[in-house]
Amino acid sequence: MRNIFLFIRIYFNFIFFLFLMGISFFMLFNYNRFHHTVYSSTAGEITGKVNKQFNDVEYYFKLKRTNDSLVKANAVLYNKLKQDFELPDTVSRLAIDTLRIDTLPFQRKYLYLPAKVVGNSVSQTNNYLQLHRGSLQGVTADLGATDINNAVVGTVVDVSNNYCVVMSLLHRQSNISAKLKKSGETGSIIWDGVQPNVVILKDILKDVKVSRGDTIITSGFSDKFPYGLVIGTVMGIENDKTSSTFIIKVKTAANFYNLQFVYIINNLQKGEPQQLLKSVKKTNE
Amino acid sequence: MSSFAKNIIRFCLFILVQIYVLNQVPPLHELVTPYLYFLFILWLPFKMGRRTLMVLAFAIGFCLDCFTKTYGLHTAPCVLIAYVRPFLINLLISQEGAESNYNEPSIKSMGFTPYFTYVAILTLLHHTMLYFLQALQAGGYLYFILKVLISTAVSLLLILLTELLFVRKQRFRTNTV
Repeated sequence: MRNIFLFIRIYFNFIFFLFLMGISFFMLFNYNRFHHTVYSSTAGEITGKVNKQFNDVEYYFKLKRTNDSLVKANAVLYNKLKQDFELPDTVSRLAIDTLRIDTLPFQRKYLYLPAKVVGNSVSQTNNYLQLHRGSLQGVTADLGATDINNAVVGTVVDVSNNYCVVMSLLHRQSNISAKLKKSGETGSIIWDGVQPNVVILKDILKDVKVSRGDTIITSGFSDKFPYGLVIGTVMGIENDKTSSTFIIKVKTAANFYNLQFVYIINNLQKGEPQQLLKSVKKTNE
Repeated sequence: MSSFAKNIIRFCLFILVQIYVLNQVPPLHELVTPYLYFLFILWLPFKMGRRTLMVLAFAIGFCLDCFTKTYGLHTAPCVLIAYVRPFLINLLISQEGAESNYNEPSIKSMGFTPYFTYVAILTLLHHTMLYFLQALQAGGYLYFILKVLISTAVSLLLILLTELLFVRKQRFRTNTV
């Protein structure tokens, strides 16, 4: 017994070192569990507040660019107004439906929530955004996020009371189902960690015609994003000799260097398909 | 100013510079990520015990990790260099009794070559550990080795600049009053 105590006393520093290393490795490899508990309790609020202070200054310098992109987004919306279009035929006329109660009511599926970006990085291997909107303001995990012009930015991964963290497209584990707008082939968008603002579209077969400048949109298969949001445009096509698919480089439509506001897309009809999938999985087991 | 207050201010400044300056700089190249915050650990006083060193290293690593949302990624290399630091200082200190005559490691207290060997070895160690942990998740050999070497070079350049710009005044302390 005495020897054990002696051993501990002599090697206490080394044991302490191993202990601290153990904690850090635990944090690193149990990332998800640890992240959720730490972030949602305190770390999110504290880092959020500090980031907010910094962003108050940074935002001022980026007002001009933010304003320009808002004007652009507004113009797109104005061009979709009904009054911009005219029926070419003079015989037909617009009839006003006098029925007060719509017998086929539309059901809202997606609800857009605006959020201020307070923290953003592009230079790491795994990049995150921090937003000033949290569980008290109606954000939950696994919601999609888009920039002002409705181009895909990422997925909400963690939520604290007033802040939330978005895993941006520039993340090693980011995986978003995408589609070629022209031919409708689906693949998935990943990031190889090389260049910010450039992501990779994989799983597109080689017999599909792809050319530079083609638009890549969301497929609508996942419950995070509605169909048809722009992800980016094709920048270059590489022929992967080891497989039967292309490696397509995609320039993202969202500019990750300059994000000041994003929209969080809340899918209100998420529950039912999820329940269905779960029951299917159960019967297959 | 007491050493305690000075180190608290340094802690905050290094964290802020790392997060809001160095991490915000648009990446020059995929292989280049400048790091400076661990200089805090290298500048801690000679007299500090090994356990305190490690706890402080853990604190600064964890603090940075909270901001970059990569828990443990910077903590592990920091603890490692805090553990290795006293061995290196014992090896490299040339002047007899420099530890008692000066407060903390610097060019003046250790001499230029020993001080920079000390900085270079710990920087290399920090970067190797950091990128090794990153490479476990994704990446290849060549990428890992190149990234370690180039990032170490850039960080060393930054440290040299910091040393030249912010000269730390060090008093020569003697026992005789």
